[in-house]
Formats: sequence, C-alpha cells, structure tokens
Amino acid sequence: MPVWRFSLVVFLLASLAALLIWRVVSLQLLDTQFLQNQGDARTIRTEKIPAYRGVITDRNGEPLAVSTPVASIWINPKHMQGLDQDLKPLAQLLDLPVSVIKQKINDNRERGFIYLRRHISPEQAKAVMALKIKGVNRQQEYKRYYPAAEVAAHLVGFTNIDDQGQEGLELAYDQWLRGSDGRKRVLKDLHGSVIRDIDQPQEAVSGKELTLSIDMRLQYMAYRELKAMLQNAKAKAGSVVVVDSETGEVLAMVNQPSYNPNNRSRLNPAHMRNRAMTDVFEPGSTVKPLTVLAALESGKYTPKTLVDTNPGYIRVGKKPLLDPVNYGVMDVTKILTKSSQVGISKIALDLDEQSIWELFGRFGLGRDVGSGFPGESSGQMPSRANWRPIEIVNFAFGYGLSVTPVQLAQAYAVLANGGLMQPISLLRKDSPQEATRVVNTRQAKQVVEMLKTVTEKGGTGTGAQIATYTVAGKTGTVHKVGNNGYADDRYRAIFAGMAPANNPRLVAVVMIDEPSIDMYHGGEAAAPLFSKVMSDALRLLDVTPDKLSELKEAVVAQPELIAGGRKSA
Amino acid sequence: MSHSDFVRQMPNTGSQLARRNSIWQRLHIDLPLLFLLMLLTGGGLFVLYSASGQDISVIYKQSRFFLLAYAVMFFIAQFDVERIKRLAPPAYVACVILLILVPFIGVGAKGAQRWLSLGGFRFQPSELMKVVLPMAVAWYFSKRVLPPSFRHVIVSLVIVFVPTLLIAKQPDLGTSILIAASGLFVLFLAGIPWSYIASALGLVLMAAYPMWHYVLHGYQKQRILTMLNPESDKLGAGWNIIQSKTAIGSGGFEGKGWLNGTQSQLDFLPESHTDFIIAVLAEELGLKGVLVLMALYLLIIGRGLWIGYKAQHCFGRLLAGSITLTFFVYVFVNMGMVSGLLPVVGVPLPLVSQGGTSIVSLMVGFGLLMAISTEKRIIDQ
Repeated sequence: MPVWRFSLVVFLLASLAALLIWRVVSLQLLDTQFLQNQGDARTIRTEKIPAYRGVITDRNGEPLAVSTPVASIWINPKHMQGLDQDLKPLAQLLDLPVSVIKQKINDNRERGFIYLRRHISPEQAKAVMALKIKGVNRQQEYKRYYPAAEVAAHLVGFTNIDDQGQEGLELAYDQWLRGSDGRKRVLKDLHGSVIRDIDQPQEAVSGKELTLSIDMRLQYMAYRELKAMLQNAKAKAGSVVVVDSETGEVLAMVNQPSYNPNNRSRLNPAHMRNRAMTDVFEPGSTVKPLTVLAALESGKYTPKTLVDTNPGYIRVGKKPLLDPVNYGVMDVTKILTKSSQVGISKIALDLDEQSIWELFGRFGLGRDVGSGFPGESSGQMPSRANWRPIEIVNFAFGYGLSVTPVQLAQAYAVLANGGLMQPISLLRKDSPQEATRVVNTRQAKQVVEMLKTVTEKGGTGTGAQIATYTVAGKTGTVHKVGNNGYADDRYRAIFAGMAPANNPRLVAVVMIDEPSIDMYHGGEAAAPLFSKVMSDALRLLDVTPDKLSELKEAVVAQPELIAGGRKSA
Repeated sequence: MSHSDFVRQMPNTGSQLARRNSIWQRLHIDLPLLFLLMLLTGGGLFVLYSASGQDISVIYKQSRFFLLAYAVMFFIAQFDVERIKRLAPPAYVACVILLILVPFIGVGAKGAQRWLSLGGFRFQPSELMKVVLPMAVAWYFSKRVLPPSFRHVIVSLVIVFVPTLLIAKQPDLGTSILIAASGLFVLFLAGIPWSYIASALGLVLMAAYPMWHYVLHGYQKQRILTMLNPESDKLGAGWNIIQSKTAIGSGGFEGKGWLNGTQSQLDFLPESHTDFIIAVLAEELGLKGVLVLMALYLLIIGRGLWIGYKAQHCFGRLLAGSITLTFFVYVFVNMGMVSGLLPVVGVPLPLVSQGGTSIVSLMVGFGLLMAISTEKRIIDQ
C-alpha cells in the first residue's frame, strides 16, 4: 500500500471525524438553548393544583358543606392499546367490569384524556397507581360533603363533580368559596405519567369560609316539625322560615319535600326548589294587618274605631263577600281577630285607593329581599292603574298579588321591629346594618297588639299559642289557583307571626301546601306548627318568657325550681 | 507455545529474547488495542444501564455477550495469519450459501427476513459476512500483482457485490452498504487506479436516478427524505431524529448527569438502548462525554490503521485496513444518523448499543487485527 494513499485515508478519516465533532458541538453548544427549550417543552407540563373550597357553616360554626380530598383516575387511551392483561387488577381496584374499561379505551382510542373513575379515596388511588400501568394517571380533587344533608339542602345547594357551584348558596357564592387554583410544574414521561414535581409557580389559594345566618339547632328542629306536620296533614309541600326580627337574619329556612345532596343519583327537580324563596302564592288574610296599618296611617281609624259589618256580607261587583257569621258592629281589632272579609272590605273601600298598594310596596312585597339567592322570586304586585272596587277589596285581603314565604317574613319582621326594616340576610351579620324606617313605631306596635288577639281566645289562630310566650300573628287560608280559576278543594294554609309579642325577637312564617281537606285552614294546619317551632326556637335561644301567669303556674307545679334558684343566687 | 512453556523457560532465556517476544506477543494480544476496547466496553455498560431505564438484567445480558465476544476475540487472535488467509475462500463460499438460504428457510422480524436458525442457534449470516468479505477480497488481491489489473478489479467487484445484493434483498440496506464498503476499502487499499474510482463514482451518480425510482423501498426513501427535512414528518419518521437532536442538544457541554437525562429517561427518545444510545450519552454526559467517546473510537481506529501499516504481508495489511475502516464507518454512520447528518439506516453504535451478534462479529474483527499485529516478525524492522 503506497504511503501517500495511507495518508489520504488518515486525512479523510480525520476530516469526517471533524465533521462529526462539529455537528455535535453545534448541537450541544450553539443550539443548546433552543434544544433545551424543546426538551423541556416535551417533558415539563403545568398542572392545576385544585384550590380547597371554602367551608360553609351555620352561624355557630357547624359545618354544612366541607371539602374532602379525593382522587380521580384518568387514562390516556392512546397509550393503553394492547394492555389487556393489566386491566384485570385495575378493574378490580376500581370496582368496574373489565369490559367497561376496554370499551372506554376502544371508544376513545384517538383521545389523550378520559376519566375512568372519579372521586375515589386517596388510598384506593394509591393502590391503582402502584399497579404502574402505562397511561393510567391520577388527579387530585376535592369532593364536597354535606353533613346536614337534606335538612339544609335547599339553602346550601351543591356543587357538581368539578367542584363548581350548581345550586343554592354554593352557586350564589361560588367565586367567594372557590378560591383560586394553583399551578405546579411537573416532569412527565411520554405516556403522560407524572415523574416528579419541579416547582410551584403559583400556590393554590383556598376559598373563603361562608358563615350562614341559620342556626342548625333551629334548622333541624324546624325541619323535623315540618316533616312531621306534613305527614300528619297529608300535605304536598311546605316551608318554614324563622327570622331574627331585630337583625333580619334568617335563623331557619326549611322546605319539604327535600333531597339528599350527598347522593344525587335520583334527583327530582321539584324536590330541589327552595320553596321559601322561589315559590309564590297569594298571601290571603296574612296581609290584612298591612291593610289595617294603612287604615291607621290614613288617620281615619284607630284600633278602637267601630265598623258596621251588618248584615254579614257585602256586595262588591258581582259576588257577595261573606263572613262565616254576622259579626255585627265591631272595632278594627276584632276585624283582625276574626279575619272578617266584610270589615276589611269596608275599610279598604273607605281608604285612598292607592294607599294600601303603596304600603304593601313599602313592606317589600313585589320586590325580592335582596339575598342574592339563585332563583329567588320577587313575587308579583299589580300595576296601580284604574282599580275597580272589587280589585281594591281583593287586594286588601291578599288576592291578586303573590309573595314568597320569605317576603312575608320580612314584612312581619318590620311590624315586629317597630316599623324598621332590616334587610333579610342568609349570611350572618357581624355588625348591625342600618335599618330603614317603613312606618312609625306607634302604629306598628298597635298592629302587633291587635295581632295578639288573633291567638287569644276567640281568635282564628289559637293553635299558635305558646305556653310561656305571648304570640302575635295572622292566619291565612287561600284557594289554590287551578286550571279553571280558584280550586274549591285545594288550599294553602299559612301562618305568619312573631313572639314574644310584647318584645318580639323572632318572626316565623309557616306555609303548608294542600293540606288534607279536613284541616285545610291556616289556623288548623299552619298555626300549631308555628307554635311548636316558635316555642322550641325561643327556648333554644334562651329568650326570657313573657307570659307570666302561665310561668307562675309552672313554678307552683315545680317548687324545687325556685329553691334551687335561690341557693345559687 | 503455551503459557506454561513460557514460565518454565523463563530462568534460562536471555533478556534480549524476552524483550523481543514479550508475554503479550506470545499470548497474541495487542495490549493498546485491548486496553482501549476494555475502556470502551466498560464505559458503554454504564451508558447502556441508563439507556435501558436502569434495568440491571440488560447489563447482565450485555456483559455475557462481552465475555463471549472477548473469548472469541482471543481465540481468533491465536490463528496464524497464513491460516486465516487459507480459510478465507471456503468461509466466503459458505457464507454466500447461507445468505442464499435466508429467503427460503430464514426467520423474519419487523418485516425483513434476516435470521437463520441452525440447531436452535439464531444468527444473521450478514453479520458473519461483515468479517468474511474483507478476508475474501484481501485473499484475492494477496495472490495478485498490485496495483490490480482491470480484470482483477472486475472479479473482486463480483466478490463484493454478490453478498451485498443478497443482503440488500432481505432487505437490510444499512448492513449491505456497510459490507459493500468493507469490500471496497480493500480495493482502495490494494491501490486501484484513480481513474477507476472516478468512473465508478460517475456510474453511481448516473445510477442514482433509477435506483431511487426502482430499487429503493418506500421506507428507505422515506428515511432519506426525512433526514433531509425531519420537520416534514414530526410525529412519524422525523420523530426519531428530532427527539435525538433534542436529547443531544439539551445536554449542553456539561450534560444533565448520569441517569438524569429527561428525554432518554422519560421514554421520549426512541430506541434509546440500541441505535440511539449516543443521544443518551450526549444528554447525560454532555459534550465532554461525547468527546471522550469519540477520542476512544479514534484511538482504536488509529491503532487499527497502525497495525495495518506495520503488517508484514499484503493480506494482513489489506484486511487490517478494511476492518478498521469499516469500524470507522460504523461509528460515523451511527453518530451521523443520530445527530441528523445521515439518514436513519439502523446501524448500532459499535460495542455500546445493546446487541449480541454485532458485538461478536466486531470482536472477531478485532481478533483478526490482534492476530495480524502479533504475527512473528520475519524481517526485523
């Protein structure tokens, strides 16, 4: 072999080697930055760190909605072809048939993400990940749990599987509760499995806590009593609202039928309505105190003003309006006590035709209470133009307009609070809000005094009496509107009232939808429930009894109470 | 002469003789070559461990192949060069027959029939041919006057292209090109006139057009097209090249550290333990690692060329030169392919990539080199 040819070979080899080295140097030194970014783009992914959703509690911190950490298993079907033998242990751990998993993989072979099973326990997910099956991944999530279940379901609402508020206050305060998700950067392999966390450019910020105005002790009690009453009266539905008349806070708001937000596999939409805020009805006689208040404001009437209701009926328009019996001549107080249609009609026709309408408006009827509750109804008020006498009269005793139980509670709270209106709130008020004056204190108090007679002997609402507290309130019985006007055999029984009547603390509205025909009257179906709920609520809240005569009797019956009290004093 | 003979004679032999016939020479071992090979194979195991996803069983398997390959190398090295020369023609004929048999009784894998199974032992006849072909061509020229005449060149070309075409038909383009190259290197080293080389190059260029349209398989064309523009098929054929370039480039000068490469460890780099293993090394050990590896290869090649240069017979010179140059082509094609200079033809990185037969056939080549290097000197130089 000639030496020069050998040298040529060496030279050629050297230049080819140099070419290789140049290539590698250019990749590793000159393009490094670009290629490193390319490499990171393949391996580094930003993932969501789910934010902890704020807890919803009652006014005393009792949890109503809490989030617990759970895991969801998702798969990348693209990377799961031909892994049939691995599916069996996976199916066992997830409690799914192998065929379902296969189906999911085959139906979604072009997709890179599909949930296999959501919201399993972290331990279960850990076991699944320990199988180390290609394409099977875990996602951290939170699941909402509602300890009060059906008792507060309507108010609290619920979230969907992605932790977004869907109903009730979960929906109304979604942004407040949600917080903001964090971000973390992770290293992922070709199959999408997370190898390790790199860093957290953004921490998850937990959602804020939401403290409701309701008191779970009252809520449970009211729910239990309502449910019992509905069964007893074979009624279709019902609501009870209890409001602190001084602050406007709702202390209890329960409805029947209800649902369990923790298990929503069979949801009936009709059971999901928070009837106390969404369902409207004609208030009937429960607005008569407001008509009387309008009469007092007119200056023409005092509680003692006499009205002649002879002969026990009055003809306005075509139809005569009847009282059950002819009450003869009686004062305004007694008109309320007996809930006389004739008496109220005479007063209404005597007043300026718009004054009743205007006063109802001041009491918040026809306007939502401003709680921001989703689906809250504002009720309906007729427009004021061209009223005929029959319309004025109907309006005065609560037909031709519609309200929600919570609106009625708000109106009664104004009476209870001496004419001052505190906005109704579903959240706990930590500082008193400024109240607006709706009517003057003296006249409001006069109406309350008159309403006390309703529950006393001879009134229509004696069933609302409480042993140790005075009660002021008003019954209401309205025909339900059917397909052909008012239905003769379907009623709504209502009782709205306050206690202790001498210095009101609580206002409650009870609404029973379609009680059985033998106890349809507000005084029969609604008043006893009011009595139970109110007496238990006052006792739970330690309100001083104001019905001294009965208190004395109780003390006489149990003398050791006094003896014990003196010793400790 | 056996080892024990040597020990027994030690006290009585003169120091002069001992120096001229060292222990290594008697054992037919070329010490520099052995040292470099051991560095390369030893280091290669570390890279393979990382590339295989830290699978120790792969290392055990590879180590067993290395042990076998070194044993074969020592065994081949014991042969007399003259005897190797005599064995070349029958070995060549046997190999050609095996290659002819492959399409009929061979075993296929991944759409190509390349394997023969004889007595439960699976092997690729083309691997044997890698060693046998340069032996055969060298044998042919060692009996002729050099530089070779036109007739001799034609005959030698037939010797080269019969197995080349048989292998290309399997189809195994990568191996057939390497085998053709190993034969042509002998021709070149035998001193064929430049006019022949020039006209051959002209023919190749002229043949390129019909080759492209009628001979190359679709996937072979695709590889070449993809090499020219990998971005054209990012998720298909271009994926391998883009991923390997990304892995190499992201290593930078320092590298990400052994076992810390992201592209290779997270399965983004395809074929990481076979053809693309150098990308793993480049990512984890950086430019430093690549340069050390290339230095090792170049030193081995340098030693091989030196052995050829110093060989006493024409046969030895031609064979050593061809083996060394073929080894270089291996390295160049693999590294060129992984770094995106050449099309992806499926050539493993010699002595580092996972693999059995290719390691053994390479070590057979180094055994031949050692045989040539430790041949008894007739003329003292």
